[in-house]
Amino acid sequence: MDNTRRKFLKIAGAAALAGIGAPALVKLNSTAAFASSEPAAGHGSAAGGHGEVVAATGVRLGMVVDMRKFAETPEMLDAAIAACYKVHNIPHFPDRKNEIKWIWKAPYANVFPEQEVLHKSEMAKSKPFAVLCNHCDNPSCVKACPTKATFVQPENGIVAMDFHRCIGCRFCMAACPYGARSFNWQDPRPFITSYNPDFPTRMRGVVEKCNFCGERLALGLEPACVEACQGSGAMVFGDLNDPDSEIRKVLDKEFTIQRNPAAGTRPSVYYIV
Amino acid sequence: MYNKGTIIPGLVIFIVFVTFPLWYNGLNAGTVPKPDLPIGQKECVAPAAEMRDNHMKLLNEWRDAVLREDDRVMVKVGGKEYRKGLQMACMQCHNDKEKFCDSCHTYAAVQPTCWDCHLTPKEAASKKETH
Repeated sequence: MDNTRRKFLKIAGAAALAGIGAPALVKLNSTAAFASSEPAAGHGSAAGGHGEVVAATGVRLGMVVDMRKFAETPEMLDAAIAACYKVHNIPHFPDRKNEIKWIWKAPYANVFPEQEVLHKSEMAKSKPFAVLCNHCDNPSCVKACPTKATFVQPENGIVAMDFHRCIGCRFCMAACPYGARSFNWQDPRPFITSYNPDFPTRMRGVVEKCNFCGERLALGLEPACVEACQGSGAMVFGDLNDPDSEIRKVLDKEFTIQRNPAAGTRPSVYYIV
Repeated sequence: MYNKGTIIPGLVIFIVFVTFPLWYNGLNAGTVPKPDLPIGQKECVAPAAEMRDNHMKLLNEWRDAVLREDDRVMVKVGGKEYRKGLQMACMQCHNDKEKFCDSCHTYAAVQPTCWDCHLTPKEAASKKETH
């Protein structure tokens, strides 16, 4: 009897020691898995160290918002917003806290809080700015999504959403530094004024945001907001990686700023202020 | 066998209870639904038998192709091109959800979630552009 108890205690002790010791051994023997397994992602390589930002290859759709044009004709911004609402079956909730935003108006102080200065231009002081999803190159919403309902489309760099998969956890809303995502707190259908039969609505409990009109691009059309201010140059849309594209010509010529560059998300939407 | 007196009646009661839905309906599965087929369009994206079995899989494939793989290549049916999608392809011919989809889904007691977001032709027409 004593013999078996002695044996049991010995084995238990050895097992406990092995259990404590094993993680340390694994740590010593393996290479640093997290640091080395993804050399392309993260801070250093993708951004070319500090400072200079290195452009990726492939198509990356982006937009330039020329606020000078919108300041001249503010109705154009209303038309752009209305076009987007109509195309995407976006509800108008009477209570602002339920507001669904794809493209919306915000004052300069909210759009560029880190650029807030005492003596601003007249435009920055009084004109509403056009704000939409930045379709970031390094989107924090995509990292936060537990179901991969939101993802970057590798073909064009659009930060897209699959509403079918959204579970409404709202992690993406917390992660987005631009407030570009909205949550359907209630059934949106009664608050939609006219249906676009080619696009679905959303249901209660789903997050939504601008999709850069992926469904229109497939038909060879421009995004609805860009089309609404066609000819004015207030919104220029195109491939940021194509040096001959219209958008790159505008970016080469004009000085542009972006929303919250310090967040490191590398937005695709540029502003001429 | 011990307790024959309770076990056998118990089993009988159990079997009667479990098969209740069958004999309650007189061993009859009810009239088989006849979904209204579109008028004038004889073809579909796949033969009828395959569509009957696998339309839900096809819809999921289309969803993933359009949203995730950026594959929005049109489907050609009966000489006409359609964009992949429930609203943009299927419902263009099967334009009555109540008489087509629901007839079988109600019979089989399936409640697909499609229409939580997607618009039936009737709903889409209910709020037309007014200006």
